[in-house]
Amino acid sequence: MSTTVNAVTCPVCGCLCDDIELTIENGVIAKVKNGCAMCESKFLSYKNEHRNKTPLVRKEGKLVPVSYDEAIHKAAEILANANYPILYGWSSTDCEAQRVGVELAEEVGGVLDNTAVVCHGPSILSVQEVGIPTCTLGQIRHRADLVIYWGCDPWSAHPRHLERYTTFTEGRFEGSEWKEYMNKVKASAGKKKLLSLERREIVKRKPEPIIEKVTVNKPPETLSKAGRKLIVIDVRKTMTAEVADYFIQVQPGKDYELMLAIRALVKDHELDVDQVAGVPVEYLEELVDAMVNCEFGVIFFGMGLTQSAGKFRNVDVAISLIRDLNRRTKFAILPMRGHFNVTGANTVSTWQSGYPYSVDFSLGYPRYNPGETSVVDVLLRKESDAALIVASDPASNFPRKAVEHLVANPLIVIDPHMNATALLGDVVFPAAIVGIEKAGTAYRMDHVPLPLKKVVEPPEGILSDEEILSRILEEVRVIKSQKMQEAA
Amino acid sequence: MVQQKLRVTLLTGRTIEQGVGKEAGKGTKEYFESTSMCYMDAGDMKKLGIKNNTNILVTTSNGSVVLRAVKYPRGAMPGLIYIPYGPWANAICSSNTTGIGTPSFKGTPAEVEPAPDKPILTLEELLRSEFGR
Repeated sequence: MSTTVNAVTCPVCGCLCDDIELTIENGVIAKVKNGCAMCESKFLSYKNEHRNKTPLVRKEGKLVPVSYDEAIHKAAEILANANYPILYGWSSTDCEAQRVGVELAEEVGGVLDNTAVVCHGPSILSVQEVGIPTCTLGQIRHRADLVIYWGCDPWSAHPRHLERYTTFTEGRFEGSEWKEYMNKVKASAGKKKLLSLERREIVKRKPEPIIEKVTVNKPPETLSKAGRKLIVIDVRKTMTAEVADYFIQVQPGKDYELMLAIRALVKDHELDVDQVAGVPVEYLEELVDAMVNCEFGVIFFGMGLTQSAGKFRNVDVAISLIRDLNRRTKFAILPMRGHFNVTGANTVSTWQSGYPYSVDFSLGYPRYNPGETSVVDVLLRKESDAALIVASDPASNFPRKAVEHLVANPLIVIDPHMNATALLGDVVFPAAIVGIEKAGTAYRMDHVPLPLKKVVEPPEGILSDEEILSRILEEVRVIKSQKMQEAA
Repeated sequence: MVQQKLRVTLLTGRTIEQGVGKEAGKGTKEYFESTSMCYMDAGDMKKLGIKNNTNILVTTSNGSVVLRAVKYPRGAMPGLIYIPYGPWANAICSSNTTGIGTPSFKGTPAEVEPAPDKPILTLEELLRSEFGR
């Protein structure tokens, strides 16, 4: 029997597209409509052989299948006996599980951290320092006529961002640039065809010349046209840069410099140099003209700013630029959040503890000092003595030196799939996939909460993150009260 | 003239192939192929005398790893190499959090040399060589 489920929210990236259509045949997802490549990959491979099927506990160096009860007791024992455990991950699960996570972190006096610490942590630090003039993606969809992607490549990381929220979407007040783009593609395809015909005529084909120098082109005249404009600023020509009206290739590590120069130009200062970060100042002047003369502009920024030299200072200056621009026109700025519920992880952590990430409960009350209480630093200083990883893969995504200390201590992993961290774990829990086999709540990158649907049943006997965490928390409380009784 | 070694700046980041691979599962062939590779500038590859899909050894102060070199298909990026996020990239990435908690995943100085005879380690082999598990 086949049924169709509409308006499913995609649990992959921070776009949280909620227009996915799934066809379910005999209780299995058979077809995905409207989704991007990552969305299809997630919905169609949820049942593949890499799924964790039963709880595992490491005995004599090998992971052996056990019951949930045994694994929960083992995990609770590890956490209850630890002095300074790490509770990390959280960005690929729902807010309901994250809430239990905060309670558990407080109970065991550990460090609660989410994946923001390795991506947009610096952005949060900047926002706390200088504030953020922002808006929802809906406003951008309907009103933005200038979209700038700085240090991010949505075509690769948030594939439907352009078509749902920015340049290629049909808004109420701003039209889609999709047709223009298709015309450009057709024109360039025609050109290529001609070239290939020419090549066939010549018997000795010349190899394509290798471009060895970075050249920033002059801004096109279309930059001053009416309608939506797309500008990309990055250190390399990305997929998104290829569809942009204008692409600026900034020298690596010089985003700060470039942004300061743009700030100066927005304030009508003159620059004494010919170029900044490899970009001629006269081109920058045209760019600034486009920025100042737009009706409503927006800058999206990504890891290009937060993970390269300067980190949160890059974001500081980006937000300050928006502040300057808002004196002349209307501008907003948004971080491109990666995981589908990393914004939720920050939000839940903030409303429960007062801080968005890197929260240390070891003194009995929440403390926040990224650089000290952040998980990578705790690992590098070799201070933690156990770890609980939920819906994340730090063994793949943390620098090796940090992972060395992570695996040197007892490691509990809750994840639907076998990944590098689970392979190295001591207790591994399979979990239902949030947004496919479990309903919940997630926050989109612009802080709009959206419901996630349960579309199919989880494999028999498989619990959700929330249930597993609640049972671990219960068991920790039992073990702790037993210990107190023994001590009395 | 063909050079033995090339000094470059290492960037790590997302690619759509890596995104598809990670959603399919970290143990899949898609994930392995999309993360155990390294985009290089065409001019830099010429300098090293290597072709597309030749194995290279990338070394930083944190270690070294063998990867498959792939010519960057869009424009020039001389002096830069780009490895998609994953265990291979993080085997050599800088762990310096510059006092604010976020490691410097972009902008690590690195050296690249051709290693056509060295094999790329699988996920299990890589973890075993790094952490003994």
